[in-house]
Amino acid sequence: MLAVENLAVRFGGVTALERVSFAVRPGSITSVIGPNGAGKTTAFNAITGYLRPTGGRVTYDGAALTGLRPSAIARRGIVRTFQKTSVFPTLSVHDNVLTGLHLRSSAGFFAVLAGRRRLAAEERALAAEAADMVEFVGLTHRRPEAASALPYGEQRLVELAVALAARPRVLLLDEPGAGMTGAEKLVVSSLIRRVRDQGVTVLLVEHDMRMVMGISDTVIVLNGGRVIAEGAPAAIQAHPEVIRAYLGASAGSA
Amino acid sequence: MKRAVGALGAAALLTLPLWLANAYHLHVVIMAGIFTILALSLNLLLGYTGQLSLGHAAFFGIGAYTSALLALKLGWPFWLGLPSAAALAGVAGWAIGRLALKVRGAYFVLVTISFAGVISLVSLNWIELTNGPLGLPGVPAPELGPWSLRTKTAYYYLVLVAVALSYALCRRLVRSRIGRALVALRENEALAESIGVDVTHYLVLVTVVSAAMAGLGGSLYAHYTRFVSPEVFLFTYTVTMVIMVVAGGKGTLAGPLVGAVLFTVLPEALRAAASWQWQMLAYGVLLVALVFFLPRGIVPRLAAALADRR
Repeated sequence: MLAVENLAVRFGGVTALERVSFAVRPGSITSVIGPNGAGKTTAFNAITGYLRPTGGRVTYDGAALTGLRPSAIARRGIVRTFQKTSVFPTLSVHDNVLTGLHLRSSAGFFAVLAGRRRLAAEERALAAEAADMVEFVGLTHRRPEAASALPYGEQRLVELAVALAARPRVLLLDEPGAGMTGAEKLVVSSLIRRVRDQGVTVLLVEHDMRMVMGISDTVIVLNGGRVIAEGAPAAIQAHPEVIRAYLGASAGSA
Repeated sequence: MKRAVGALGAAALLTLPLWLANAYHLHVVIMAGIFTILALSLNLLLGYTGQLSLGHAAFFGIGAYTSALLALKLGWPFWLGLPSAAALAGVAGWAIGRLALKVRGAYFVLVTISFAGVISLVSLNWIELTNGPLGLPGVPAPELGPWSLRTKTAYYYLVLVAVALSYALCRRLVRSRIGRALVALRENEALAESIGVDVTHYLVLVTVVSAAMAGLGGSLYAHYTRFVSPEVFLFTYTVTMVIMVVAGGKGTLAGPLVGAVLFTVLPEALRAAASWQWQMLAYGVLLVALVFFLPRGIVPRLAAALADRR
């Protein structure tokens, strides 16, 4: 289980996160919502090692993640995506995903130099796995194209495939639906559900309330660097403090 | 088709001393071979990780001095000096890689330039060891069993083998998960970390390999010219390597080969054709034209043209 305890992040005099605590139930889809500047992405960065928290700790199955490099955290099964589209731009869609399979292979320097037959077998297995992953996100027809040449929505799918290739146990998605059309959001939502059904825990930050309420098992609301509410989507929508602090007066219709 | 071209090329390379009788021409080819190793080595860093080393001549020079000193002071044979040269250059590469752990881009460039500057000063001023600016004459030619490889033809084959091995090493490396990790670092470092690529580990690894390969080139150079002086650390060498890699096509396997041959042969051809001022002018114009018309390099452009024709 991924657990955040009293996580605090301060930038100089500005407090981005103030003693945030929550736990992500294994096998669930948990969403973190909150107005701009609530500290959602900061929390993601602190959990995944891109930012060193000023206080508190993050644990996974009881082992501390705080202070580890992002790559070491990824090796423990916690993999993230980014708010701004983040692909390997000049590589093809296939090679993007193949690169994402880094942790699925093990050949070291000397094994590579020796070039044994086992290495070729590993490479073939990786290529097949990459092809499967590209198919999973529905981009098989784009496989040989450079990632940067794809339309925005498809680049986000590449990003998702790259993260999934690392075989996460916990997948953190930072606004997976941002900038997507309604139809694309439906595709992403169904992909996220399928990922969850395969046993991956999903933690996501998202602004689209329809998407959040539609796919989440649990919703965590951040405001001003604190958790102000946590619960099932229906309970969150009815939560008076959430309506006041975040959704605003007109939110009853959302 | 591709196989036939490859076989023809291999046959041409293997028989080259037979039909290239002119000793001066063979000398140019040998130098092109040594520079190919250097360009391959720089390309691992510049082409695949995207980090520009402007101190690469230092690794070349360390290799040259190590091999020369071991032969002259301790009487070590070339076959021990060569791996020692690569190893010591590799250790220097490791130090640079560790130092540069946290720095990228312009700061990596500065670290490598400073390193080359320091090493060059050591070679000039540690007179007891390096003989200072006078250099070290009389580096022996390598011996292979009863034969001395002092003829240009013999040395040509030695360099050819070294080029082939260096190329094979680069090819294996960049086509593996290690190569993909290096490219991931070049393309998007934050994303690379997020999928578990320990970028600093791979940056150190490739700096060591690149430096060792440059050291190997240095050793081959020392035992070929039979003389080593602080000139091996000249910035010009580094710049030449960068030009070769960029013009040939950085981040491709064939780019450094094409670049190294072109930019070893071209200055020599110009030297025969024109006076010194015109040489420099022609060289400069050609470089500007290359960067302007083939910004990604010769090899990627050719590959794209071939792909279009299909």
